[in-house]
This record gives sequence, C-alpha cells and structure tokens, in this order.
Amino acid sequence: MLEIIVAAFLAFGIFFMFVGAVGLLRFPDFYTRLHATGKCDTLGEALIIAGLLLYHIFHYPQTPLVCVKLLFLIVFIFITNPTATYALMRSAYKTGVKPWKLGDERQ
Amino acid sequence: MKGKGFGILVTFCVMFLFWLLLSGIFDALHLTAGLICSAIIALISHDMIIKGDEEKILSKSFKLAIYIPWELWQIVLANFDVAYRVLHPKMPIDPLIIEFDTTLQSDLALVTLANSITLTPGTITIGITNGRFCVHAIAKEPADSLTVDKTMQQKVADVYMEW
Amino acid sequence: MDVLLKVFLIVGLVIVFTILLCTYRAVVGPGIFNRVVAVNVIGTKTIVLLVLIGYYFERPMFFDIALLYAMLNFIATLVFAKYVQRGDVCSR
Repeated sequence: MLEIIVAAFLAFGIFFMFVGAVGLLRFPDFYTRLHATGKCDTLGEALIIAGLLLYHIFHYPQTPLVCVKLLFLIVFIFITNPTATYALMRSAYKTGVKPWKLGDERQ
Repeated sequence: MKGKGFGILVTFCVMFLFWLLLSGIFDALHLTAGLICSAIIALISHDMIIKGDEEKILSKSFKLAIYIPWELWQIVLANFDVAYRVLHPKMPIDPLIIEFDTTLQSDLALVTLANSITLTPGTITIGITNGRFCVHAIAKEPADSLTVDKTMQQKVADVYMEW
Repeated sequence: MDVLLKVFLIVGLVIVFTILLCTYRAVVGPGIFNRVVAVNVIGTKTIVLLVLIGYYFERPMFFDIALLYAMLNFIATLVFAKYVQRGDVCSR
C-alpha cells in the first residue's frame, strides 16, 4: 500500500518535470518559456520530495529530524522559485526584450 | 517592548532553533558553536528580518494558515492547465500584458499577492510600482480572472486586513 | 523494500534525460536570457537528483548538500538579474 502511494507521487512529479522541459523547448518566446518552467518545475519538485518524505517516515522511523530538513527544502522551493522567475522577468522587461504576439515568428 | 533589543532577541531565538532542528546533535561542542554563531548573526543583521511595527501578528498568521490550502489547490489546477497547453498539438497560447491597481500597502501583503499570481493559472507578475501591478498573461481567460473576477485580491486582502 | 529502490533508480534516469533536453535550450537559445533560464532549471532538477541519490546509496549527507545547492542556485539567478538590469551588483 505504501509503495503504491509513493510511486504515485513520484510518477506525477516526473510527469510535471517532463512537461516543464518540453515547454522550455516548444514555446516560441522567452516570456512564455518562463510560464512553463516557473510553474511546472516547482510543483514537480514538491511532489517528488513529498513522496520521499512519506517513504522516510515509514521506513526509517528512528531519525525524525530528516523529515524537518526535507520540509524546509519544500517550503524554500515554494518561496524562491517564483521570486527568481519574477526577478528574471522584470530585468528582461526593463532591458527591452520584446513579447511575442499571435502571428509573429519564433525567437 | 518594541525596539532594537526585541528584534535582536527574536532573531537570536529563531536562528538557534534552526540550528537545533538542522543538526540533530546535542553535545556541548555543537551547542556552544550554535550559540556563538546565532549571536553573531543576530547582532549583524537583526533589522533585516524583524521590521518592528507589525501588529496583530497572531490573527494574521492564523488567517495565512487558512489561506494556504486554497492556494495549493490553485497551484495544482494551474499546472494541469499549463500541461494541457504544452502537450496540445496546436499550442493554444495568445500572450498579452495587462495592468491593474490594488489597495494593499504593506510589503508582506504585496509579496504574498505577487507570489500567488506567479503560481496560479496563466499569469506572471512583471513589476510593481506604487500599488500598480503589471502582469503578463498567457491567454484571455486567466487574464480575465484577475481583472474581472478579483477573487485572489479579495482573499489576500482578507488575510492582511487591508481593504 | 528494494522494489522502491529500483523505482528510485528509474526516476533518477528519467530526470537525467530531462536535463539533457534542457541543455539544447542552453546551447541554442538566442540571447543570454534563455541560457540563464535553462541553467536555473537544470539547477532545480539537480536538487531533486541529489535527494534521490541520497536515498538510493543510503548516505544522509546529501540532503544537506541539496539544501545548500538550492540556496546557491537562487542567489546566482538573483545576482545575474540585478547585474543585467542595473549595470553593477553593489551600488555604493
């Protein structure tokens, strides 16, 4: 039972990471590529590490402090990935990278 | 009991708590090293972490703890939406840039709203100047849910009590 | 529980494959911003790979290394964005 839950978390996490990488290749513009990676990477990582957290609680119950460390990692990823995305987007907008409208060519 | 001393004390306690939780070893050498490092960091940078003029912190933290599960559900919906747009053979995107005003003033409320907009379906914040948000949206429907519905701004204003 | 350990190995290999997909954007991407986004994404995927390897080879050291690398990746992206926008990092 535990194996099925952990494998489900890992499968969803891997699916979102794969979608993030494919979005980085397929989208036609810098701003839309940031849409794909900023959202999908964060959730994919959080799901994989949450699955490993469940595995740790049930398989190694004698070291509970590692769970706190992994929980810090999840909270840190949720706060800093959107902030880095916002910083990159603002600096590109102020430096003059042009957004893509429907009907232009790929960049 | 506000002022410099309060800020230093709270920063020292939080840093020492992080040290204890992350190391897991409780003998004399490591505890002394933790106390010295926490004291140095609290003396150098106490005014970056605790601002000193926040009020009603307990009720704000409680409302934030209620806001977070709704936020997580929106994040999951957002990612299914992005996955649909990436894997569709015709790639239905139509990017546009919109601007709108908010009534939030404090720094923490603006940061929460900007992070929520970045993590929810189809929108990313570009810039904030004097309460005016500039947002890049990937299609028409997510942009409408920010300017026409205004559900997210209402919820964040409820958390920080700044209508 | 070595069924789950084999699953960790397969997941790790799929993550390495997605990292190889991202290096295409790091090499080709027209301009410097696309390359920096690709490097940030590769760093994020490396954090997950470190935690998985820590569980597969049974070394609890790797979780601390993953936490440190998350912080370094974030600071590097912020410093680059500030440098391109302003022209220098420390404004004194």
